[in-house]
Amino acid sequence: MTALSLYVHVPFCASRCGYCDFNTYTAKELGSGVDQENFHEFLIREIKNASEQLGNRPVDSVFIGGGTPTLIGASALNSVLESIGTSFNLESNIEITTEANPDSVDAQMLEQLHAGGFTRISLGMQSAASNVLKVLQRTHTPGASVNAAKLARAAGFDHVNLDLIYGTPGESDQDVRDSVSAVIDAGVDHVSAYSLIVEQGTPLARQVARGEIPAPDDDVCADRYEIIDTMLGAAGFDWYEVSNWARPGGECTHNQAYWLNSDWWGIGPGAHSHVGGTRWWNHKHPSTYAAALESGSSLRAGEETLTPEQEHTEMIMLGLRTRAGLTADCLTDSESERVSGLIGRGILDSAAWGAGVVRVTPQGRLLADLAVRELLG
Amino acid sequence: MTSSPSGPVPGTTNPEIVRNFCIIAHIDHGKSTLADRMLQHTGLVDARSMRAQYLDRMDIERERGITIKSQAVRLPYTAVSGEQYVLNLIDTPGHVDFTYEVSRSLAACEGAVLLVDAAQGIEAQTLANLYLAMENDLEVIPVLNKIDLPAAQPEKYAAEIAHIIGCSPDDVLRVSAKTGEGVSELLERVVEKIPAPQGDPNAPARALIFDSVYDTYRGVVTYVRVVDGRIATRDKIEMMSLGTTHELLEVGVISPEPIATAGLGVGEVGYLITGVKDVRQSRVGDTVTTALRGATESLGGYRDPRPMVFSGLYPLDGSDYPELRDALDKLKLNDAALTYEPETSLALGFGFRCGFLGLLHLEIVRERLEREFNLDLISTAPNVIYRVVTDAGKEIVVTNPSEFPDSKLAQIFEPIVRATVILPSEFVGAVMELCQQRRGTLLGMDYLSEDRVELRYTLPLAEIVFDFFDQLKSKTRGYASLDYEPTGEQDADLVKVDILLHGDPVDAFSAVVHRDKAYAYGVSMAQKLKELIPRQQFEVPIQAAIGSRIITRETVRAMRKDVLAKCYGGDISRKRKLLEKQKEGKKRMKMVGRVEVPQEAFIAALSTSDAPAKK
Repeated sequence: MTALSLYVHVPFCASRCGYCDFNTYTAKELGSGVDQENFHEFLIREIKNASEQLGNRPVDSVFIGGGTPTLIGASALNSVLESIGTSFNLESNIEITTEANPDSVDAQMLEQLHAGGFTRISLGMQSAASNVLKVLQRTHTPGASVNAAKLARAAGFDHVNLDLIYGTPGESDQDVRDSVSAVIDAGVDHVSAYSLIVEQGTPLARQVARGEIPAPDDDVCADRYEIIDTMLGAAGFDWYEVSNWARPGGECTHNQAYWLNSDWWGIGPGAHSHVGGTRWWNHKHPSTYAAALESGSSLRAGEETLTPEQEHTEMIMLGLRTRAGLTADCLTDSESERVSGLIGRGILDSAAWGAGVVRVTPQGRLLADLAVRELLG
Repeated sequence: MTSSPSGPVPGTTNPEIVRNFCIIAHIDHGKSTLADRMLQHTGLVDARSMRAQYLDRMDIERERGITIKSQAVRLPYTAVSGEQYVLNLIDTPGHVDFTYEVSRSLAACEGAVLLVDAAQGIEAQTLANLYLAMENDLEVIPVLNKIDLPAAQPEKYAAEIAHIIGCSPDDVLRVSAKTGEGVSELLERVVEKIPAPQGDPNAPARALIFDSVYDTYRGVVTYVRVVDGRIATRDKIEMMSLGTTHELLEVGVISPEPIATAGLGVGEVGYLITGVKDVRQSRVGDTVTTALRGATESLGGYRDPRPMVFSGLYPLDGSDYPELRDALDKLKLNDAALTYEPETSLALGFGFRCGFLGLLHLEIVRERLEREFNLDLISTAPNVIYRVVTDAGKEIVVTNPSEFPDSKLAQIFEPIVRATVILPSEFVGAVMELCQQRRGTLLGMDYLSEDRVELRYTLPLAEIVFDFFDQLKSKTRGYASLDYEPTGEQDADLVKVDILLHGDPVDAFSAVVHRDKAYAYGVSMAQKLKELIPRQQFEVPIQAAIGSRIITRETVRAMRKDVLAKCYGGDISRKRKLLEKQKEGKKRMKMVGRVEVPQEAFIAALSTSDAPAKK
């Protein structure tokens, strides 16, 4: 039986960042029935339900994300992990990640998490430039992330990720270079870098709409992406997905499960799952989610069963984002016919195609969505 | 159509007791409300069954408050003296595009009620129709409406009207169609002042067609005013200008619903049904006579409707082309002035080049196509008709700017109009400047009252068609009114400006403009398109050109980034759904050479500004 991946969502943040549209709540925004102290108990109940449905399936990755998972404390996180261990059959080389905010972890907590079985820490650094952090409304100082990463290494974590955001209005090319240098110096084995997206409904979107902040510029973002890719490449990191770079062996098992369209179960409010060709998503608000668990009613807010055509679309859409790419036999005849046109325009890699693989070129990485649309026709 | 009308019997009514009249009014000045009130006052419609604005039938008319197609209603009326009368209220279309139809309605009347809003005064359109009525020797009864309004200034506007028609301010009746005040006095004035129709009952029948409406169930309903003789059911009739003959299936009057009658006599107004299915078979302005012992001389004044403004209409979804063709075929049945021919645009695909009487006519047709036939359309910027003489002496008529010849031209003629603008005197400077910019020649200026001015200009129709009305409204804070009528053509220094996308001309964006304005047009179009055309993987130059000479250039930079930053968990189905949506949207993309242009860009680039709705 193929391995399952588990995602666990912790929807709490100490404060909300202006650009963020994730399903997360500050203490003030939270309704009744659930709080940061008892939240992990609900997660554990859903984990048990999941194992009852799926049986004792092998699990090869766990990813606790948010929100800010570390807000509920190391012992709560460890107890969630423990329940996963009892409910499922954990593989020996399992990857277990938790996200963390640079200013919500310390050495003691990191040691506790490592002792509890966590193998990987992912830290939201975003930038080394304080002016950028200010626009993003991040509360940590520029040095905090690098410190936290070093503390994680010291606590015994072999795998540490730092997240960067680029293209923030007010950011300079030099700010980006400084951020990448700081990441390289921190000794991590994984970097994710995302261009800033102005999501509808966020405070940032309102600021842009009011003209207080200019919208991120696509050309600038493209330049910055190239700076990041070049610097990371020179430092021994290789891209394995459009927004992800790793040292050899540092690739994130969990995220690859998404791009390979494997089976994964999302635990927690608003979490999405994909098991056996069906996608579903839980009630979004923690109170609704908790109430459903209490009453024993379904957690699902919605679901869809993918048609073969939709599965195909997703495979192309996800596969083209990765360095591994797609094997030629994944394409339909008419899609295969369109490959040469995309090669001619410098979007798909000619040599890879010769070896039976559909892969984007460095220029094509930034045009991956266009490549998907054109390939699908 | 079985019940019989109250009052004197149609077909045998003594012309002495007949009064035929119309109401000349500006939109919103209360014509429909007054007509409703008259229906109620004569007892023809009771208050309970009163549908607001009884005479305006079509939805668009009701919503826009404009009467597009006229109708005639027969009102039996007992005067204060106890005498019985028959009043025929002939409704007139109230817009600049339908001047000819108005003139035919007027020709069917002996009198006209000039209805003016007591808070606003006379407007250009009303003035034009008033002059038309006076030219037709109609007895004019001046009326101020809405005297119940707090803002009403009856003294001021009575003086204004008196000045225009040459009567005493005391002759101007004061009415509130809303409350009914003054309506009975008005009806008395109608029977007293308006002459009874004159005609020879023993002469061969002659009746004037003043309207022709297509009805799904009955076919074409033709509205006529009998001048001489008599038309009876079972007569065979002849349309004198067309020379065609038809069996009469039904003759009747509207009172206020259609009622079949035995016939119509001298001075009477009613309808004819022959079973024809196309209003072109029964044309406004034509004379109806009997096929047997018919008249030899028509009433005169017939004119073929002539389109003045052209626009290409294209379905947004190319597969709707047959539906658009069927819809136009149907609309044509009810619209003798609409013309259309298939045309192909490289940019927009298959569509029709349509001819209209004017901008409002265009808007109405477009709206009906979209509303009644559920079609999504792109229309190209409206243009006028050009007569071009080449150096070789060959004459070409151009109705589509993209077909304007590039070769050496000896002469180019464009249509001109005589425009009348009525406006508060404080805006005269601004409006004169606007008319100047639009190549206008001042013909004259008159003060209608202390602070209201009538300006008369000769203007190229092309300038009016290009957002003139919007400009006029914005320069006068909405207080100006405009009327115009075609007066011929003039020699002009015009050039065709082409817009090129990535080197390929986009026919839908070609425009014929005055040489002095070519650069400005090119620049504004190129800038507009720069904002509207999404970035492609390659750089896209947008150029404006006169012939082979490039006059301006903008560039849409190449797209370098088109990728979602994050794709985990729930992002995946969101992204897939977006892809599915984009795939749908792709159908709405048009390829111009290698450039993908969204339909929205065409629509936005082709719209000048707001549609020329109410005038």
